[in-house]
Amino acid sequence: MDLNEFAEEIGSTGPVTIAGLATRGGPVEGVRPVMAPVGIEWVQPAEMTVCCGAGTPVEELDAALAAHGQSVAIPPTGTVGGALVVGHSGLRRLGYGPVRDTLLQTNYVNARGEIVKAGGPTVKNVSGFDLCRLLVGSHGTLGFLGDVILRTRPRAQHEQWFTTTDDPESVVAQLYRPTSVLWDGTSTWVLLEGDRRDVETQADNAKLGRADPPDDVPTGGRWSVAPSELPNLIGTGRFIAEIGVGIVHHEHPQSPRPIDPPIAELHRRLKFEFDPEGRMNPGVDVLALG
Amino acid sequence: MGSLIQDLTVELGSERVRSGPSELSLYRKDASNMEGSTAVVCLPETTAEVQSCVRIANRHGVAFVPRGSGTGLSGGAVPLDGAVVIATTRMDQILSVDQLNRLAWVQPGLLNLDLSNRLQHLGLHFAPDPSSQQTCSIGGNVANNAGGPHCLADGVTASHILAVQVVLPDGTVTTLAGEEPEPVGYDLRGCFVGSEGMLGVATAVCVRLTQNPPGVMTMLLDFASVEDGAETVSGIIAAGMVPAAVEMMDQLCLQAVEAYIHADLPVDSAAALLVEVVGLPHGLAADVDRIVAIAHEHNVKTVRVAQNEDERALLWKGRKSAFGAIARIKPNYYLHDTVVPRTKLPEVLAKIYEIADRYELQVLNVFHAGDGNLHPLLVYDAREPGTIERVRLAGEEIVRVSVEAGGVLSGEHGIGLEKRDYMPLMFSEIDLAAQRSLRCAFDPLGVANPGKVLPSPASCGDIHSVPEGVWI
Repeated sequence: MDLNEFAEEIGSTGPVTIAGLATRGGPVEGVRPVMAPVGIEWVQPAEMTVCCGAGTPVEELDAALAAHGQSVAIPPTGTVGGALVVGHSGLRRLGYGPVRDTLLQTNYVNARGEIVKAGGPTVKNVSGFDLCRLLVGSHGTLGFLGDVILRTRPRAQHEQWFTTTDDPESVVAQLYRPTSVLWDGTSTWVLLEGDRRDVETQADNAKLGRADPPDDVPTGGRWSVAPSELPNLIGTGRFIAEIGVGIVHHEHPQSPRPIDPPIAELHRRLKFEFDPEGRMNPGVDVLALG
Repeated sequence: MGSLIQDLTVELGSERVRSGPSELSLYRKDASNMEGSTAVVCLPETTAEVQSCVRIANRHGVAFVPRGSGTGLSGGAVPLDGAVVIATTRMDQILSVDQLNRLAWVQPGLLNLDLSNRLQHLGLHFAPDPSSQQTCSIGGNVANNAGGPHCLADGVTASHILAVQVVLPDGTVTTLAGEEPEPVGYDLRGCFVGSEGMLGVATAVCVRLTQNPPGVMTMLLDFASVEDGAETVSGIIAAGMVPAAVEMMDQLCLQAVEAYIHADLPVDSAAALLVEVVGLPHGLAADVDRIVAIAHEHNVKTVRVAQNEDERALLWKGRKSAFGAIARIKPNYYLHDTVVPRTKLPEVLAKIYEIADRYELQVLNVFHAGDGNLHPLLVYDAREPGTIERVRLAGEEIVRVSVEAGGVLSGEHGIGLEKRDYMPLMFSEIDLAAQRSLRCAFDPLGVANPGKVLPSPASCGDIHSVPEGVWI
């Protein structure tokens, strides 16, 4: 994908911010916005990879992959680039893995307005340092994604949500690789995928009843806790927790998590190395976003 | 301040600070064919001792090299210019296991297979399974972002590491990420995995554990042409299946292995695929049927489905015995590791045969076909004059054709010393500068395993000049 125009727009001086569809907070206010290229460059089902502009809507990507029976493990809404640089996973993370595992290669534009390639186009690659993982979740503070190559995954032949009032620990112990296990302190929801007969057998063995997924997921706060701490959520307010993962969709924001000083120092140095003048998404402090 | 060795001995005791000629000779190389030099080898047993080793090395102005079992194939653990070797082999404990949430904290020197074997009774395992899994360590797996046959479905090491406690190059101890899924800030753990000991020393690792599958089916499919085999691989993936493993062996490899283990392998065929699928009974049976049907579309000669655990073990033994088998052909081998798009496998394999012919070398191919991860084995006799140079040149051409086909330099062995100077085949000077920036942020003085991965040494800006208000 030709990124020269995008790189020129970003330039090498002055504050600049990246804008998408503003579903995850939007660009920095009062700063000159740029938008990443839009469009799907190619889909290669036999490689299980897809290449698109970072500004491509996730829905458009999903529709293009659906035609090949595949999908990408990034959550819906907004742009592909936005989903990546925010890095929040969807409700199926237990089965599909985190967002950070999907990005194979990107051409991004750095603070000097140069186009930089990180990663490689194949599904397996250990050539050099893993800058892709650094960029996922970086909130546009180290560079702006131009195009991306993502790992796809096959869509399941069959999927079904179930529910039970058994405690989630005993449910999880009985299931083989559920795609999602959610718990609100009282009920447990389970998403199973695969061959229809296997799904039904698993559900019967664990005494699960067919159900819709929970329709009222709290949006007040997105907590990230060790999965072993999820039982302690009882009494903290209304929540839906992702069992085995540790994401909690809560009615209240998470209290600030402590940051070890060496970690803060590494962040300061990384920002300085990648953007010494602090011109990319100025004012965004990734340590304060927790 | 005493001498380097004296200071280290005060901290670790003389038994765990080694500087005798036989040890220095042993630790100046890894499993690659490269060697360097070390002044002293340290065998710490705790995080605090690793920290002491790093601080003492810093104080004496000597670089250090973290080392696991030394099974790396790209020279990543080869010490250069008398660097201090910090070997984590004595840090080999499982610290804790959370069976319900399927994670464990382990020390870096724990061997890969020991971890899985010791979790067997819980129905769990550590998914990455490099061929060296009996001897390679978890710390080494983290450093190289190790793979293995079963990484096709489950992903390489990076997907299985939740957190790493590290001693940073300046001697600071901290933990990158944690058991929680979305730690605050940048994914420092993600950067650390695969950083080949250049961002610090791992002293404890939180690994994700994988459920053992309820059912396994393993089959061997053989073909009259490499193309038919490779197209079967692409066909399986395009049909929406990701088997647990898809391995390919070419004819020379089949013949060498058959002579070695007598497993009734199809020695008259150009290539064979070892395909393993796992899961629940109905899905498993359906996958086997679909894979066999796809193989028939691509002219499969015979389909052999392992009928029991013994036969399954025998088929895998065939795959895993390749390295032993080739010793019967020639005394030395050079194993390469590149990745190409799956659809380019036939084209690149044809070029590899042509390159080997041209340099008058024998090449065997046994590799992770499912993810396009080639492992050409050049077999040779180092005693024959001029052979080593031909092996080197042939290897370089193999790397070039892989990258030209849209591939990458390494799939699971890493860059180390071996491929450091090939990095410009894949990355521009600007791309490499970005990688150097990451290195500089962690190690501005360049004391952690210098001279690896990046083709020109890092020269970092003065980090102390970073203004306080850099975030604004």
